Amino acid sequence: MDKLKFAEKICATCPTADCLLKCQYMTFSKDEAHAEMMKLIKGEDTRVLKECVTCYACEEYCPRGNHPYFLICEQREEKGIYTAPRPITKQWINMTQMQGKQLIGRVKDQALSTCLLPQLGQMLAGEIFQGISQAAVFGAEFMCPAVHTHFAKMSVVKERLPLVLANFKKLGVREVICLHDECYGTFTHLAAAYGISVPFEPIYYMDFLLRRLKELKDKIKPLKIKAAYQRPCSNRWIPQKHGLVGEILNLIGVELVSRQYQDENSLCCGDIIRAISGYRLANEIQQKNIEDMVKSGAEYCVFNCPACQSTLAEKVTKHGLRPIHIIELCQMALGEKGGAG
Amino acid sequence: MDDLWASLVEIVGEKGVSNKPEELWFYARDPGVLEPHYPSYVVAPQTTEQVQKVVKLANQKKIPIVPMGHGMALTGLVIPLKGGIVLDMKRMNKILEVNEKARYVVVEGGTPQGMLKAYLQDHYPHLRHSLPDAPPVTTIGANVAIHGQGRLTQQYGFNSDMVTGLEVVLPTGEICRIGSPSLGPYWFSKSPTLPDLSGLFLGWLGTTGIITKVGLKLYPNKKLREVEIFVTDRVELVPEIVYKLTHLEMLEDINIWFQPKPLIFKDNYHTTIYFTGDTEEEIEFKRKMIWDALQEIIDAKDGGFMGIQYMREQLLEMPQRSVAEFADVPRGGGFEYSGPIALVEHFPQFAGKVLELAEKYKVFYASTARIISGGQAMMFSISFAFNRADPEMMQRVKLALDEATFFALSMGAIPWKPNFREQQMTLQKMDPQTRKLLQAIKNVLDPQGIMNPGNWEVGE
Repeated sequence: MDKLKFAEKICATCPTADCLLKCQYMTFSKDEAHAEMMKLIKGEDTRVLKECVTCYACEEYCPRGNHPYFLICEQREEKGIYTAPRPITKQWINMTQMQGKQLIGRVKDQALSTCLLPQLGQMLAGEIFQGISQAAVFGAEFMCPAVHTHFAKMSVVKERLPLVLANFKKLGVREVICLHDECYGTFTHLAAAYGISVPFEPIYYMDFLLRRLKELKDKIKPLKIKAAYQRPCSNRWIPQKHGLVGEILNLIGVELVSRQYQDENSLCCGDIIRAISGYRLANEIQQKNIEDMVKSGAEYCVFNCPACQSTLAEKVTKHGLRPIHIIELCQMALGEKGGAG
Repeated sequence: MDDLWASLVEIVGEKGVSNKPEELWFYARDPGVLEPHYPSYVVAPQTTEQVQKVVKLANQKKIPIVPMGHGMALTGLVIPLKGGIVLDMKRMNKILEVNEKARYVVVEGGTPQGMLKAYLQDHYPHLRHSLPDAPPVTTIGANVAIHGQGRLTQQYGFNSDMVTGLEVVLPTGEICRIGSPSLGPYWFSKSPTLPDLSGLFLGWLGTTGIITKVGLKLYPNKKLREVEIFVTDRVELVPEIVYKLTHLEMLEDINIWFQPKPLIFKDNYHTTIYFTGDTEEEIEFKRKMIWDALQEIIDAKDGGFMGIQYMREQLLEMPQRSVAEFADVPRGGGFEYSGPIALVEHFPQFAGKVLELAEKYKVFYASTARIISGGQAMMFSISFAFNRADPEMMQRVKLALDEATFFALSMGAIPWKPNFREQQMTLQKMDPQTRKLLQAIKNVLDPQGIMNPGNWEVGE
């Protein structure tokens, strides 16, 4: 896996330049957006290389399925540009190294991937995961390396992804249910962008959740609450799955409030932006985002990604919202969890 | 039973004396690497008068006497090197007075740090003291006697700088008050504007008297406490980082540390920055100031603030448990450290030495430097963990620590709570006239040489 499947012609003839025009962290006119993108493709200097906060959104904005975000990452690495400070970049590379400390449950033809996020493992209780929770796998050996794109270290992604895939292959699994969007996005979207074949079928956990909730429909007690949804960056790689949130919440009696920073306009949780662009921007974004949630009348802030949750939980709580992961919200509707917090 | 036993029982009661081997076993050693030495008796007084009587008895019998808090210095300071009586001060643990408006507290010398912390939380939530990162059972008298440091050392200096008065039993048995309590009922000043007699006891490691009461400064306890960690992979930037941060004059505590494991910490130098406030606005203002202070380094990509969501709770613990976790690195664990007080500008050299020693002696290392008095100096801990079941490993740690102290002295640093070998190294390096003065003071205060002998011994 080395070569990004990127078609210059697609951008050259692009009628919208949406990838940059829609960016929430850089401002361009349409002509500027097009011109900067072309500079990027030609390997010339462009402010995009300096200013991109790595929110992944341009992968979704591109109407023609090109890969502007991966191209930015590739160009940055080629030019030796660090997004975050070098020690932070190193820290991420070190902490996600495979050390042979993986945890593997009783895996048969299905595995439940908890990535390198222990919080996900803690959620695998109750009826939703009955019969599958024992098949959980955890550790750097099974972690999608997509996070390194934030740091423009595509070489790390390319080095580690084949190893992760090989580790899953060794388990002999037919399907991997991905509890982290980033894993599912990597195994489907990123892998495809680099022409990598994935030796199992990735299953998105919200598809799994929805199926299980339908099976357990009789046990659901509608929660009758209003919630705002914090969309994670990696969901930008799988926008076709974004609608599942609404379907799931609808099924458990949660009203998804309408707000400014949702869907395509979602804002980053601020964690990575804090490392890349600093405290001020991260704070400003978090402030705008949370105020928007409050203004919309939400009582809960529903998370998809545990990293977003740990970044924003305390802040949303201080604004009177109750932070909860969507899995736990479903468990609550099944009467398995009390109040969320 | 012998005469001495009977006399000790008469002073402190039967429950306050022991010479049972199974109890002496504990008093013969500390958690560090030094060899044990058995005392003849352990005596646990409950009053200053009992301490006085025991000291007079020891004088009469010319028996060594070693005052002990909780014995957690790790450097064998309360191991009775020449036998005798260990005076366990833990039963003298009363909190005697809090003057809220003047912000000081008076406690008995054996009062545990954790007890004072809890007492203030319950009764004076607006006040706090400078809590060390030692276990909460460690005592206040011992902490000031070794020039301990704590959470407020960055702002206000060594914990011994925060002493506002002392009551001491001299080696000859007299009870002496130091500072404002020698003139009246108030414990607000250990010296000014009198000659500073507290210096005859602070830092002497119990060789010049027994601290039975301590007056200690208290400080405002803000409602909120926050933490950030700045990391760099360029060790030479650490002094500059500290300089920029201390310039702010608004931080509670600054610790710089590095360790090879877990991998998240590998190859980087971490500056943990604690700050406090009474409102969210105050906290966020300070956070902004902290980020701005280091912006230049961030812009150069040489350093940045790491995400600490997963560690925050642990970081905000007081005292922190991470020290104990490090001690258990090799399982069956213990650790000891050399903690020289050195210039912050020498951080890169000290850090290099730690790596060199760890490699040379094949030992696990962790190192934390605490900034003292706004950057005037740092306590640079060179910590090595060991397995108690592995004497060979303990020997390597011992050698590594000796070499660390030798290096520290060569850098013009002052060893902190040095063990007896390190004290000798220090005395050898010391200006001869200063050494002579130390000896003269010791001779005057302790003419029979009974107080914690083997420590700060100048020799002829």
